[in-house]
Amino acid sequence: MTWSHFSHDADLGLRGSGRSKARAFEQIAMALTAAVTDPDSVIAEKSISLFCEAPSDELLLVDWLNTLIYEMAVRKMLFREFSVTITAGVLQAEVKGEPVNRGKHHPAVEVKGATYTALAVEQTNEGWLVQCVVDV
Amino acid sequence: MDTSKLERLDETRWRIPATGSMQVPAVIFADRDLIEDMDDKVHEQICNVCRLPGIVKSALVMPDAHWGYGFPIGGVAAFAADEGGVISAGGVGFDISCGVRLIDTGVSREAIQSVQAELAHELSRSTPAGVGSTGRIRLDDTDMDNMLTGGAKWAVAEGYGLPDDLEHIEESGCQADPDPAAVSARARRRQRNEMGTLGSGNHYLEVQYVSEVFNNSIADAYGLREGDAVISIHCGSRGLGHQIGTEFLREMAISAEKYGIKLPDRELACAPINSGLGQRYLGAMRAAVNCALANRQILTHLTRTAFAQFFPDTTLKLVYDVSHNICKEEHHVVDGESLRLHVHRKGATRALGPGSKDVPAAFRNVGQPVFIGGSMGTSSYVLAGTEAGEELAFSSACHGAGRKMSRHQARKRWRGREIADELAQDGVIVRSPSSRGIAEEAPGAYKDVTGVVDAADRAGLTTKVCRLRPMICIKG
Repeated sequence: MTWSHFSHDADLGLRGSGRSKARAFEQIAMALTAAVTDPDSVIAEKSISLFCEAPSDELLLVDWLNTLIYEMAVRKMLFREFSVTITAGVLQAEVKGEPVNRGKHHPAVEVKGATYTALAVEQTNEGWLVQCVVDV
Repeated sequence: MDTSKLERLDETRWRIPATGSMQVPAVIFADRDLIEDMDDKVHEQICNVCRLPGIVKSALVMPDAHWGYGFPIGGVAAFAADEGGVISAGGVGFDISCGVRLIDTGVSREAIQSVQAELAHELSRSTPAGVGSTGRIRLDDTDMDNMLTGGAKWAVAEGYGLPDDLEHIEESGCQADPDPAAVSARARRRQRNEMGTLGSGNHYLEVQYVSEVFNNSIADAYGLREGDAVISIHCGSRGLGHQIGTEFLREMAISAEKYGIKLPDRELACAPINSGLGQRYLGAMRAAVNCALANRQILTHLTRTAFAQFFPDTTLKLVYDVSHNICKEEHHVVDGESLRLHVHRKGATRALGPGSKDVPAAFRNVGQPVFIGGSMGTSSYVLAGTEAGEELAFSSACHGAGRKMSRHQARKRWRGREIADELAQDGVIVRSPSSRGIAEEAPGAYKDVTGVVDAADRAGLTTKVCRLRPMICIKG
């Protein structure tokens, strides 16, 4: 299971991989946090439950990232632990994190939204790979 | 970009002929250096725009264009509602009505230099910027509706600014026909404590000075002289606009088939202008425009308050405020016929020429001011719209330098502390809560803004008026 960033001219590509689709979704969520700050600087002290539903895997990925972006914005939080289950187009998650502390996290950039550019949810020989470009 | 696929029309115009399902050709404004540096993705994306229903005349690419999502950044396209034309949430983007306003401080470069460090500290302290920042204003539901309806006019009525400011803002500070009811509860919640915040990324507040004047008569009309200190504020509609973009992009992507629209790229999600969804998006987008105008107005008020501590006898005068991520309903003459069009400008600035009734009276004889943002250490420019721009590009121009390196690459290449130190040696004080954010916005990550501006000038889209050099940069 890994996450990474890839280049996009103006914005930022996020990628996650894992043995299952749910694990890959968890990893790309970590890539989202890493777009803002070093995930190791975030403490998993507060837990919240999230839910999304979409007619396709790709839309579900966009919805998942946009749900996290929304929660980060309105709760002023950063997340570092993600526990995801996906069943028939329905994603349920427990995510843990802490309020943004500018002195500690030195947040680099605010993520505005997940785009449909370079969007993929693919099964690979090793498991699943998911990716998306976010607007920052 | 591979230029073998293009027809060169003149020194700064390249045509992509309409082939296959393209409804119209595309025209790219760039000199040879700029177009050779342009990503092939720009070609692919603008060709996809040409495939959208109801597009009129041609899709256009500005000299600062780069790979966006759906539309290229620096893309312009006009659609006729009566011809099945569409409104595209992807063609406006997440940062609805992101724009720049320029303020004349009434003091000189030397006066700023005498208090530069202290002023930088005060502006940094008083301007909410970056992730996790909140404004001091909390809006209840009624206030939110009034803000979404009134824009900068609401902000001035609330005490954030001067009545004279309004004449120096697009649409006199208030976008007509907003529909606050089309703005979701989530979008409202996202904005509740973000009024008067700068945001992050490439958004900034800069104190600059006029380092060179290219056209004295237009500079006079704008009230700018060499050595004057000015302030540029670059930001948009904050969380409210981001959420509206997110929600309508999804709804339009899912609904396209219902409207018989075959999307060449899902990111070009759109709906017929004359549809319920299209009208609902337009209403929400216009409300977000008012949010952006109010936001920049509040930031202006905060800036004035900070400045007054150092220069109590001067009044900061708004030169102009113009958006560069927007769709506007405008009249344009196409093949001798006056048409009502919905013009999308994504990373492109409206640039009305002399005589346009939509240009404030003070500038009407010389054309609308256009602001081209630099990147911390580099110049910004003030340009003026031209008469020729109407025929060439629906009166549109570029908006910035345009990135030449991704954030990912920039972060690997530079350290924020080193960039800040280098800029300090050049007389530019940068204040940001994030060292990594400075690295991602390093001047070297952007194209040569002068090359972009010169290409727009030579193409006839704009006239160069003056160059601005930074002294203080507040980043999110």
